[in-house]
Amino acid sequence: MSEQATARYTNDFLKEVEKNVEEGHWVKMCMQCGVCAGSCPLGSAWEHPPQEIFMMIRAGKREEVLTSDSMWMCTSCYNCMVRCPRQLPITHIMHGLANYAHRLGLAPKGQPTRETATLFWNNLIKKGRVNELTFSLALYFKDGFVQGIKNALNMQSIGLGLVMAKRLNPMEILGGHGVKDQAGLKAMIAKAREIEDRKKGFSA
Amino acid sequence: MAKKEYAFYPGCSSQKGASASNYLTSVNAMCDKLDVTITEIPDWNCCGASIGYAEGGELPRLALSARNFALAEKHMPGKEMVATCAACWLAQREVKERIDHSEVLLKETNEALAAAGLQYQGTTPIRHMVEVLIEDLGYDALKQPVVKPLEGIKFAGYVGCQTNRPFGIDGESFENPVYLDKLVETVGGEAVPYDQKVTCCGGALAFSEPEKSQKQIRDIVESAYDHGAEMIVTPCPLCQANVEIYQSEINKKHGTKLNMPVLYYSQLMTVAYGGTAKEAGLDGHLIRAKRLEDITKK
Ligand code: SF4
Ligand code: SF4
Ligand code: SF4
Ligand code: SF4
Repeated sequence: MSEQATARYTNDFLKEVEKNVEEGHWVKMCMQCGVCAGSCPLGSAWEHPPQEIFMMIRAGKREEVLTSDSMWMCTSCYNCMVRCPRQLPITHIMHGLANYAHRLGLAPKGQPTRETATLFWNNLIKKGRVNELTFSLALYFKDGFVQGIKNALNMQSIGLGLVMAKRLNPMEILGGHGVKDQAGLKAMIAKAREIEDRKKGFSA
Repeated sequence: MAKKEYAFYPGCSSQKGASASNYLTSVNAMCDKLDVTITEIPDWNCCGASIGYAEGGELPRLALSARNFALAEKHMPGKEMVATCAACWLAQREVKERIDHSEVLLKETNEALAAAGLQYQGTTPIRHMVEVLIEDLGYDALKQPVVKPLEGIKFAGYVGCQTNRPFGIDGESFENPVYLDKLVETVGGEAVPYDQKVTCCGGALAFSEPEKSQKQIRDIVESAYDHGAEMIVTPCPLCQANVEIYQSEINKKHGTKLNMPVLYYSQLMTVAYGGTAKEAGLDGHLIRAKRLEDITKK
């Protein structure tokens, strides 16, 4: 995002979130009841649980929120969403904040979920399909499930380590699944991205 | 029973050579016995799953799922869309709700789709295969083809997150959904009480945060043992993969002896309906479901 685009918001992070973050307009509805804070499966790994994140947004703690590791701990379990008395789409706001921080380049460098998710998306839009639920599985299971398990067992720690350390590029091994209309799919994604970037103030 | 037909969205994990290809094998066999026809949506694309958010953002993700709907509407008008992967179903359903309720997003999504020569109309509902079974066919109809009841086998019904929250199946409670237990009983098995039924396995974070996710998985499997289960059954390909694959890793790290088979509901049904081990995809497991294999040989 350009300097100017963010400058407007320097004194009002809440407004910025409302405008630029997916489902961000919901944040002001939070009544700080704390129910969501106890809902996350990886609870102890969240330095700031969702409730706190919402409080910090209203307090204008832009830097602290966007550089936080916390949103990246979201497993998309939807526990919070079905419990929130105000029906905030908390899961999507966490995803939206993570995406926003990622696009601004403020998200923590080397954050494993950030890296995995980015590889996943890039793999997906390359051909329109992922060869596996995530690229890691695709890596292990390229020769079918049983062989994949054997591969996974043999190289699990090593393999994952290498992928994370970027010494192994799973993209090279991904097989032939893909959509036929790749040109159309690419044009569609490009258009969607263009509209979103324009709307949210990301420089093209 | 009237023949039922659906536009099928298999999702990436069910493709040939992918981790849930045995799920698809068993779904095909099961649908065959139930006289349900599922026809693959031509040229479908990945829905982006939950984890697509980080790089994908909002509109590109909406466009991905909208393209699948548009293809179904174009090539298979009037047919409902059915998905077998919990994450696919959820992603598609969320996208549908969001664009159906926002004129702005609908317009923008269609602008993106136009670049691929497609248009989203919003006429096609998305269902999970389990909804098709329970809501469209009903437990009685599911019981009829049973020729080899899974007598004496105790299952822990692991529902997980994404078929359960935020939408749920058949209006069931989020804390204690019972559809999976009822499916087990429908095919003659025993569903044990199970307190980790709706616990999250860590989902896609099993790869990026292995330690934290494996703690979840350990609880899920140990609780199944504690309740006397012999096997776990699930409706979700990622749950299946996570909960089965990491048992050995957990054993290595913690000296536990976890070795519990993790099956799909469709595999139970295929076996009970008299299918072969191959038709049920039982050959696709690391931890073999020995007793189910034995039943197929009877
Ligand atoms: S969906 Fe994300 S934010 Fe909500 S409870 Fe689960 S992990 Fe926490
Ligand atoms: S549960 Fe809802 S209202 Fe309560 S703190 Fe969380 S987001 Fe706010
Ligand atoms: S949820 Fe998974 S399996 Fe389903 S389409 Fe998306 S990536 Fe593929
Ligand atoms: S239990 Fe795990 S894999 Fe299953 S839906 Fe939840 S996060 Fe996804």
